[in-house]
Amino acid sequence: MTRLLEALRAAWGAIRAHLLRAALTVLGMVIGVAAVIVVVAVLQGFAHTITAQFKSLGSNGLIIMPYQSREAALAGRQARLTPDDLIAIRQQVRDIRDVVPVLPMARFSGEVRYGNRSTASSITATTPAFAQGGVQYPAQGRFIVPGDDATRRPVAVIGAAVIKNLGLPAHPEGHYIQMFGGWFKVVGVLNKLGTLLGVIDQDNQIYIPFQTGVSLSGRSTPPEIIIQLQVARAQNLAQVEARITQVLRRQHHLLPAQENDFKIQSSGELIKALTKVFDIITLVVAGIVGIALLVGGVGIMNVLLVSVTERTREIGIQKSLGATRGDILLQFILEALLLSVLGALIGLLLGWGLALLVAHLVPALSGAVVPGWVVVLALGFTATVGLVFGIAPAAKAAALDPIDALRYE
Amino acid sequence: MSAVPAMDTAPLLELRGINKRYRMGDAVVHALQDVDLSIVRNEYVAFIGPSGSGKTTLMNIVGCLDRPSAGTYFLNGKNVEELDDTQLARIRNREIGFVFQNFNLLGRADALHNVMQPLVYRGTPLRERRRMASAALDRVGLGNRLDHLPNQLSGGQRQRVAIARALVGSPSILLADEPTGNLDSSTAREIMAMFAALHEAGNTVVLVTHDAEVAAHAHRTVTLRDGRVISDTRRAVPAAA
Repeated sequence: MTRLLEALRAAWGAIRAHLLRAALTVLGMVIGVAAVIVVVAVLQGFAHTITAQFKSLGSNGLIIMPYQSREAALAGRQARLTPDDLIAIRQQVRDIRDVVPVLPMARFSGEVRYGNRSTASSITATTPAFAQGGVQYPAQGRFIVPGDDATRRPVAVIGAAVIKNLGLPAHPEGHYIQMFGGWFKVVGVLNKLGTLLGVIDQDNQIYIPFQTGVSLSGRSTPPEIIIQLQVARAQNLAQVEARITQVLRRQHHLLPAQENDFKIQSSGELIKALTKVFDIITLVVAGIVGIALLVGGVGIMNVLLVSVTERTREIGIQKSLGATRGDILLQFILEALLLSVLGALIGLLLGWGLALLVAHLVPALSGAVVPGWVVVLALGFTATVGLVFGIAPAAKAAALDPIDALRYE
Repeated sequence: MSAVPAMDTAPLLELRGINKRYRMGDAVVHALQDVDLSIVRNEYVAFIGPSGSGKTTLMNIVGCLDRPSAGTYFLNGKNVEELDDTQLARIRNREIGFVFQNFNLLGRADALHNVMQPLVYRGTPLRERRRMASAALDRVGLGNRLDHLPNQLSGGQRQRVAIARALVGSPSILLADEPTGNLDSSTAREIMAMFAALHEAGNTVVLVTHDAEVAAHAHRTVTLRDGRVISDTRRAVPAAA
């Protein structure tokens, strides 16, 4: 114990004697750790921002989408959900509310005109209950009402970005916009959602009544829809899912051997899947950046190797006074370890600061998140690198012959 | 003086048939040839000879810094030949106190920490180490220079720190290699007086020098030439120092 403490003291003394050199030695380590921390903090910050947005869907939300396996597609079957499925679910499944059809009219590219300006928006047809989920609600004016739907009224509720893109007045209610070759009266403006990942503008949305959408999409076939609903009580989620599966299989006349031609996703599951994707991206990117730490380790090794040569005489003196190989080995390994851990700590603080700065500068990011595991991992990895790269210089120092070392000029 | 212990009859160190050979390129250099030597406790011996005579090689072997190519060396009853590197380090730490021509102090450490250093390898606790080191520095008259770095001390003071460091662990032998070689003559006299006093106090002292005047301080002179002992003379111990 005394020896360990003394070796530590000797290592610290050697570092302190050349502070500037020590600082330059660990620079690689500092930059490496800082880079890892920044990358992880920013990526995890994005992940948190996005999942927070999804959470506002409510963890009780379910989304039912048509789904087709490759085999089924090759067999020529086509998976689809229709308004009949919606009615069946409404009538036969208990413990649910706000069951709404969502009819994507134009995912990203629906052309909208106002005066002589035009823009492309995501246009969706849905029913009044859509706005009861709590995510989207009219900030001005109103949402689609049952009367709009029943009479297929050409009205539209628009997102904030649409106002800007089309140069509409700040209160656009009562103005008319042009879509699908007809005129739609703006009746409301949605609350702002902001951008996803700083790229996808969630406010570039237009909602029209479901039946209006259905009539626009052509009458020959029933429209393909997505069904959204809320489970009344969270503990019934599994039962509700099972019941919906039962109802839809019967609706679609699926034989027991056939697999589902739809998929039920809960928003909880979506968040889980998304978090997983982000964790993987984070790990991969952090791993790549972590290579910088290896480079930092090589830097420490180089300086220590030179330092051993420089301190040959000192090592000789220590050996003449009775230092064993082990004493010298321990001292130099600890020196490498101490350098790398100090570098990691400085890098940690620097990275944290930079991540906060990035979070401050990028509005889409609600905050930088530095998870505990990355701190532990960064410190652990750096310490290991220091240890491994400390071995060569330490072995070199320990192997010095005392007489040669004492004679060294 | 009654404080001086009687000389032990059993030798403190005993060398028999010591040979040391080096390879230098194709040639083999015989640094030591068939050296037999024994030294008893509280002797004051000088190894003298011109450079290349093998006196430093002999000192390195005696100090367990080097191993002989052939021959046996008993130190304090232990056969040094049988010891591994770690045990040799232990012997250097406990049995030998080195004093070098160029002092060999650790430049970053102050006088106190330089003197404490050998005790570190012994595992002596810090408080005890501090006490022993400052006592040793007191003995060499540097009790008021504990916190001075080597470059803040004169040559004579540095050599006294080195002597304190050699003494601090109460070794069996003080081995001094040209201890006055880098000092002016008046400082050299001071240092030699200090060795005489240490010998007087019961220490075994071995000096290595090429300077007959320095060697004259010792009570026994072992002269080397071309790796062989050519004479080994004792002079009458003066009645009082």
